[in-house]
Amino acid sequence: MTELSKSGAAVGEPTPASPAPTSFLEVRDLKVHFPTDDGLVKSVDGLSFQLEKGKTLGIVGESGSGKSVTSLGIMGLHTAGQYGKRKAQISGEIWLDGTELLSADPDHVRKLRGREMAMIFQDPLSALHPYYTIGQQIVEAYRIHHDVDKKTAKRRAVEMLDRVGIPQPDKRVDSYPHEFSGGMRQRAMIAMSLVNNPELLIADEPTTALDVTVQAQILDLIRDLQKEFGSAVIVITHDLGVVAELADDILVMYGGRCVERGSAEEVFYEPRHPYTWGLLGSMPRLDRDQQERLIPVKGSPPSLINIPSGCAFNPRCPYADLPKDNVTRTVRPELSEVGSRHWAACHLGKEQRERIWTEEIAPKL
Amino acid sequence: MSDEAKAVTIPAQADGPTTQGAALTKDAAPGEVLLKVTGLQKHFPIKKGLLQRQVGAVHAVDGIDFEVRSGETLGVVGESGCGKSTMGRLITRLLEPTGGKVEFEGKDITHLGVSGMRPLRRDVQMIFQDPYSSLNPRHTIGTIVGAPFKLQGVEPEGGVKKEVQRLLSVVGLNPEHYNRYPHEFSGGQRQRIGIARALALNPKLVVADEPVSALDVSIQAQVVNLLDDLQQELGLTYVIIAHDLSVVRHVSDRIAVMYLGKIVELADRDLLYKSPMHPYTKALMSAVPIPDPRRKNAKSERILLKGDVPSPISPPSGCRFHTRCWKATQTCKTTEPVLVELRTGQQVACHHPENFEDQAPQDTVLLTVAKEAAELVADEVLAESAETSAALAAETASEPTETEAAEPTEATEAEAAEVAEPAEPATAEAAEPAEPAKTEAAESAEAVKAEPVKAEAAEVADAPGSEGGQESTDK
Repeated sequence: MTELSKSGAAVGEPTPASPAPTSFLEVRDLKVHFPTDDGLVKSVDGLSFQLEKGKTLGIVGESGSGKSVTSLGIMGLHTAGQYGKRKAQISGEIWLDGTELLSADPDHVRKLRGREMAMIFQDPLSALHPYYTIGQQIVEAYRIHHDVDKKTAKRRAVEMLDRVGIPQPDKRVDSYPHEFSGGMRQRAMIAMSLVNNPELLIADEPTTALDVTVQAQILDLIRDLQKEFGSAVIVITHDLGVVAELADDILVMYGGRCVERGSAEEVFYEPRHPYTWGLLGSMPRLDRDQQERLIPVKGSPPSLINIPSGCAFNPRCPYADLPKDNVTRTVRPELSEVGSRHWAACHLGKEQRERIWTEEIAPKL
Repeated sequence: MSDEAKAVTIPAQADGPTTQGAALTKDAAPGEVLLKVTGLQKHFPIKKGLLQRQVGAVHAVDGIDFEVRSGETLGVVGESGCGKSTMGRLITRLLEPTGGKVEFEGKDITHLGVSGMRPLRRDVQMIFQDPYSSLNPRHTIGTIVGAPFKLQGVEPEGGVKKEVQRLLSVVGLNPEHYNRYPHEFSGGQRQRIGIARALALNPKLVVADEPVSALDVSIQAQVVNLLDDLQQELGLTYVIIAHDLSVVRHVSDRIAVMYLGKIVELADRDLLYKSPMHPYTKALMSAVPIPDPRRKNAKSERILLKGDVPSPISPPSGCRFHTRCWKATQTCKTTEPVLVELRTGQQVACHHPENFEDQAPQDTVLLTVAKEAAELVADEVLAESAETSAALAAETASEPTETEAAEPTEATEAEAAEVAEPAEPATAEAAEPAEPAKTEAAESAEAVKAEPVKAEAAEVADAPGSEGGQESTDK
């Protein structure tokens, strides 16, 4: 492992002169842009965050806010494929355990992928190959990174299937994906991604395709496995309930940028961005008394080709017209600290937002 | 923007939601029965071989009974494959039922042909799940929303175009978008178009199959509110099919829970969410992730169902849920429970219902434990049992018990455990402690009357044993 890191550092030398971070995973000013006929799609436009081992980061946002693009960016899956002549334009820095991934040698990243970082995809049916048995697919993932014979690898696959709670793993290892139910496929996917004990696990909408009872099983499984393996986990979802269940820290994305980041408690109980308020208000909740009405966010998410100038949330923000202290509306708000380990990007004054939250929003939730 | 125009008509948020028992009083005069379904069945044949002989059938909907009264919203929930969408398509007669009867306004429409149904299509409309595939990409919005007029030969006042534009503004779209194509709209806007189309002929019943599940959270709330407003303005009756329990709670007056082609519980909303009686309903509700990080590690509250839903091709004998139920006994394997009214407004098909007073003896013991454990993480079973016994205790009307008992009666037991923390609903809770307990007491009293019926259905009263089993499963 140390060898890998060293070689990675050697390749990564021509990177910007910023020092290697102390966090396990650090993303700095990540930008992922896709050139299209209609213009440049700025899917991710300047995203930064850190993640420690053993912690879970929840990334929330609507469709098109850049959640999945971020995860694929970390995995290095944008550059891996060729989009004809149009490749995704990626800039910024992604530091994983002291290695900068974007400037690293693709071969080196390939060695890390699956071993150091693994991913659970949203739709297990399309992520599993229909022609190969579950066992073959897990064995392949294991043998790429470990020099073992097929028998040992298969034993390992059975062990993993057993760990993720698939009944009769020694028989099911020879089943094809179509013979599994949705929940079992997702379990098999999790087994496959964990077979190499990755240090970073990215779960992209891991339960969206599943029923609520199965979702509960999978969430429990992810939580238990994280405790057991101590990996860092990024959970990407649009479901605030899922995030609340799993995440230590939450990052709210809107229009390709982070609008609020903080510990789960801070974001749920002391949110400081109007968009987060909107998300909380538009969600019916089972744990509260029946609300008379939901408080939706008006309008719809911005087009990523033509992101509104200034704050991307500006056209939908109910507080956009409030007077602000000496700021120009056309300037993008930067993340600023609003609490301990809690940042929000909003032009409104800190006190102003505190007042709006406690007086206007919180009582209605 | 169009949405701003919409916002004007939206009434102000009512503060201090007082929903205790509201479902019973809200529609004080429930309308007459609009839709009546009895023993409805749909079996899809499975054919095999050269001769296409039928080798089996998917029992998608297998004998369900319910009524929809005019002006109300019936929510239908269940896991995928439980037959809820098939049910929606049967009552709108997009599918031909295999058996049973569908009556609309007293008229039997079960086997009406295409032409027989045509006049009724005006009164029964459907909103589809996927706003991307339910709109013809080659037609303009004007054509799509105007199609019902053309098909039914209706000439609205002022012409079709004017009427379509009015409909567009009703659902919060810009009437000037009349000539645009579906691809020019976002998901939420397309769903609004689908709603406008469904409303064109002023229907009496609207069946919405997962109307918001394809939409983002913030847009979802817009559409939910829109459906709400339209119901109030136009007096619509809804059957809303969804898998999201929190959305269903928000929109429905009554809720039917389906499992493998059967209705296992049909109850008024508040009753169902406060004290579900069918174990499946309880498990389903406990599985919903709660957006509250402080309850993150409250894993013990959750009832984890083992395995997956059995195949509807050969559903289990007896109670269909017995393969996954923690209370299942021999009776459940052999006898199919019937849907009986165990409480006013709550029909359940179960041999060993939850929150029922035949569990009283051990609940009394559990109540004391629940009190002691108040600062610890409240276990769902404890709190739920405390709830039932609280109702019993309230009947004896001893003041201190009532206040103490009232807390677990609140929908969520964790809140009770967090009394010390400054939780927002704390004030609301404190303000109305006696109210829910009373309702509960009244219900229990009702339930006593229903008891003989239940005993008959259950045949064997082995509740104590099964209750112990449940506890161990939960831990």
